[in-house]
Amino acid sequence: MAVDYKALKDGGFMRQTQKNHFSLRLKAIGGNFTAEQLSTIAEISKTFGCGQVHLTSRQGIEIPFIKLDDVDKVKAELEAGGVYTGVCGPRVRTVTACQGAEICPSGCIDTYPLALEISDRYFGRELPHKFKFGVTGCMNNCLKAEENDLGIKGGYTIEWIKEACTLCGVCAKACREGAIAQTESEILLDETKCSNCGRCVKSCPFDAWRGEPGYILSFGGTFGNLIAKGEPVLPILRDKDALFRAADAALAFFDKYAKPGERFRVTIERAGWEAFRQTLETEMEAAYNG
Amino acid sequence: MADFQIDAEADITDVVCPVTFVKAKVALEELEDGQIISIRINDGEPVQNVPRSLKEEGHQILKLSANGDETYNLIVRKVGE
Repeated sequence: MAVDYKALKDGGFMRQTQKNHFSLRLKAIGGNFTAEQLSTIAEISKTFGCGQVHLTSRQGIEIPFIKLDDVDKVKAELEAGGVYTGVCGPRVRTVTACQGAEICPSGCIDTYPLALEISDRYFGRELPHKFKFGVTGCMNNCLKAEENDLGIKGGYTIEWIKEACTLCGVCAKACREGAIAQTESEILLDETKCSNCGRCVKSCPFDAWRGEPGYILSFGGTFGNLIAKGEPVLPILRDKDALFRAADAALAFFDKYAKPGERFRVTIERAGWEAFRQTLETEMEAAYNG
Repeated sequence: MADFQIDAEADITDVVCPVTFVKAKVALEELEDGQIISIRINDGEPVQNVPRSLKEEGHQILKLSANGDETYNLIVRKVGE
């Protein structure tokens, strides 16, 4: 029987230079693996591979040198240890994430639960071409949101609380955008300069800045053959439902307007950024009302 | 500027991040809980980051004042051990 390479590839088995060997891509979300999963992976690598794993550029793990004849056995043993195979091909890929507010003091949003939700909702969904999501917790952008077809960056919408403020002077210096000025009696915020980075909130010793977490989305990032950074199209979104309405609308747009084998970026540019933005807003509003 | 009873002084303008934070932390360790230190810090990255780092360590930032020579005095009350 002929080997169905496409089926193997769709299931995360990447054909190697070495005949009849595959580098097995594992399912990862936000680059998190438990110690138990790592033990399982180590055992599989020693038993069926070459005793080595590869850490991928998207926070995943691949086990190289898996033999064609062992594919089914390897999959079964991995699954018994709570490890699943990843995907390749024209579909939603591994969702990446930084550690976010749960662990990192700079984080504005809790990235890992969000990455899990995105993965549960979209992982593996077939599209005209590959589609990558990435979630980064703050403006420091460790996870490089704009490299992704859809990047999500945490930010704060800020508000000064006059009663709590002692005019200590810290926030005006912590702000890197020059958005905060201080007079003898008050703080002046230039909202047009605010980047939503939240450094005022994080640095304020008196909790005199309130920061409402939100999501800054970028669309159409791609860093392969074509290199282009994702662009913000929408204002900062304050709630997660709006984020998912935007993601639903973006994927629907890609499905509807892309030529087969075309990256999201190319589709957006052919349709025009303004047309894309209008479609997103219309679809999001329809989803909100419907 | 409100006046505080300064118990100790430190100058971290001779070092760069992240040693600025380390030097400030060491100076705070010398103090008793509740004592107040004035730390002289440089403009730029130190003044952007050191106040926040000390806040995240649990200390109470009281005041940041410009000295007019591109340095600042950060007044901090030590909290905890």
